[in-house]
Amino acid sequence: MIADDRAGLDVGIRKRFAGGFTLAAEFRASAGITILFGPSGSGKTTLLKCVAGLERPDSGRVSLGPRVFFDSKQKIDVPVRERAIGYLFQSLALFPHLTVEGNVAYGLAHHPAELRRARMREILESFRVAHLATRKPGAISGGERQRVALARSLVTDPALLLLDEPLSALDALVKSKIIDDLRAWNASRNIPILYVTHSPAEAFALGERIVVLEAGGVLAQGTPQEVLAAPRHETVAQMAGFENIFDATVTAILEDHGTMRCRLGESTLELEVPLLWTEPGSATRVAIRAGDILVAKARPEGISARNRFQGTLLSLERRGVTVIATIDAGVRFEVHLTPNAIQALGLKAGQQVWLIVKTYSCHLVAVDSSQSTVHS
Amino acid sequence: MNWPALILSLRLALTVAAALLILGIPVAYWITFSHWRWKFLVEAVVALPLVLPPTVLGFYVLVAIGSRSPFGRWYQSWSGHGLPFTFEGLVLASVLYSLPFAVQPTAAAFALVDPNLINVSSILGASPWRTFYRVILPLSAGGVVTGVILSFAHTLGEFGVVLMVGGNIPGATQTISIAVYDQVQDLNFVAANHTALVLLAFSFITLSLTYALNRRIWAVWPMHQ
Repeated sequence: MIADDRAGLDVGIRKRFAGGFTLAAEFRASAGITILFGPSGSGKTTLLKCVAGLERPDSGRVSLGPRVFFDSKQKIDVPVRERAIGYLFQSLALFPHLTVEGNVAYGLAHHPAELRRARMREILESFRVAHLATRKPGAISGGERQRVALARSLVTDPALLLLDEPLSALDALVKSKIIDDLRAWNASRNIPILYVTHSPAEAFALGERIVVLEAGGVLAQGTPQEVLAAPRHETVAQMAGFENIFDATVTAILEDHGTMRCRLGESTLELEVPLLWTEPGSATRVAIRAGDILVAKARPEGISARNRFQGTLLSLERRGVTVIATIDAGVRFEVHLTPNAIQALGLKAGQQVWLIVKTYSCHLVAVDSSQSTVHS
Repeated sequence: MNWPALILSLRLALTVAAALLILGIPVAYWITFSHWRWKFLVEAVVALPLVLPPTVLGFYVLVAIGSRSPFGRWYQSWSGHGLPFTFEGLVLASVLYSLPFAVQPTAAAFALVDPNLINVSSILGASPWRTFYRVILPLSAGGVVTGVILSFAHTLGEFGVVLMVGGNIPGATQTISIAVYDQVQDLNFVAANHTALVLLAFSFITLSLTYALNRRIWAVWPMHQ
C-alpha cells in the first residue's frame, strides 16, 4: 500500500476566466506518476499553474500532505517560491545565458558551496548529463536539454513535481529512457508527480493513475483500465483509441529483428512487438487499436504481419457504422470492422477466425512493477 | 574651437546617461511588469518628451525649478543657490528630456524575456530581486546598453531645453550645440565649422565604438543571436 499517504496532493479549485472558460477540478494525486490527460484547451496547463501558484484560483484548496498551499476560506496563498515544488515547462525554460551547471545550481542558492557542488554532481550524473556541465543550453541536443531541465527541477528535492508535456517532442526511445531515469529517481523519494499530456500513448506508457480533463472539469480518474471502463465520453473515447490493453510479460528479445516477444496476461498467446528497452521477464503493457486488427477466415499466408493467431468470435455488435467484434484468443480482443466486411466474410458468433496484427500496431509501454504494486 | 563647451557637453551627457542608467531601469521594470490599470498614464508621461517641443518642456522645467515653485524654494534653501541657469538644473532637465530614450529600449528588452524563465526562477525559490539581477537583467543587457547610449547621444545633441533652462553662460551652462549657434549668429563660420566637425566626429566615433562593443555583449547572450 501507499507508504506515506500524508504526502499526497489534494486539489479542489475553481477559476473563471474572462472568455467564459471555467476550470473546476477536484482530484487527488498520491506518490508516483499521475497523468493529467485531456485535449488542448481542456485546462491542463492552467490547472498545473494553479497548483504551482503561478495562477490564483478564485476559490478552493490546494494542499500537499499537511502543507496548505492555497485555501480561499482561510485566505492562505503561499508564494510560488516558498512552495518547494519542481515544475518542468513544455518549453523547458532553461536559462540561455547560464551553463548547464549554472542552470542546475540556480535553485541551490542558499546552500553552502560544498553541498551545492555535491548535489549538482549527483543529479547531473543520475540524469547522464555530467559531461555537459560547462555547455550552454543552446549548444546541446533536445534530449539533453530535457534531461538538464529535469535535473534542475529535481535538484532542489521538491515535494511535488509538475511536468507539462515535457517529452512530447522526443522520440519514443529517448522518452522511455528519460522516464526510466525519472522513475529511478522517484523510487527512493516517492513524491507525487503530475504529468500533463494530450497523447493517449504517453498516458498509457506512464499511467499508474489518470485524471481525464475536459472543458475545465474532471471527467474520470483512476487506473487506465478503470478510466476506459467508464462511460464513453468524447475524451475517454479518444483515449480508447486503444481499445485493447493487456498486461504482458517479455519472453524473448529478438535483437536482430528489432522486435521482442510478449506473453499477454495469463494466456499462452505471444505477440511479436517492437523492441523496447526492456529485459526478458519484465512486465510491460501492450496497447492495440481495435481498428488496427485484421480478421481472416483462413490462415493467412504470404503476409508481412508477424502476428497471426486463432480465436473464437464471441459476439458482433453494431454501433453506428462500426461493428464491434469480441474475439477470444486466450485474451479478449475488441476488433472494429465495417458492416461490409462482416457480410463479405459471412462472420457469425461462435466461428473460429484468424487475427492479424502488425508488429508496429502493438504499442508497447514499460511498466515499473515496483511502482504499480504501490498503487494496487 | 570652444573646448570648455565641448567638455561641458560631455560632462552633462555622461552625468545624464549615468543618472538614467540608475533611474531608467526601475521605471522600465515597473512599466513592463506592473498590472496597475492606470499604468498607461505613466507610460504616456514618460513618452511625452518624444513629442513635446524642447522649448515647451524647458519652459515647464524652468517654472518648476524657479524660485516661485515650492520645489525651487526648497532647493534654494537646501543648497544655497537656485537651480535655473546652473549645471544641476541642466542635468535635471536633460534627465527628464532623455527619459524615454533610456526607458523604452530597456522596457522592450524586459518584455522580451520569456515569462516562463521568470516563473522558473520563482519556482526555484528566487526572490523577485534575485530573479531580476540573475535572469531579467542579463538577458536584457543589450536593451539596457542601447538605452544608455541613446540617452548619452540624445543629451549631447540637445539644444532647446538647454537654452531654456541653462541660458547661455560660458563655462557653466553653454554646451557645444549652443556654442555652434552663437558662432553662426556672430557670422564666425570657420569657428562654427570646426566646432560642428569636432562634435560630428566625436559623436560618430562614440556611437561606432559603443555599437561595436554592444555587438560583443550581445554575442555573450546566445538568446539574442
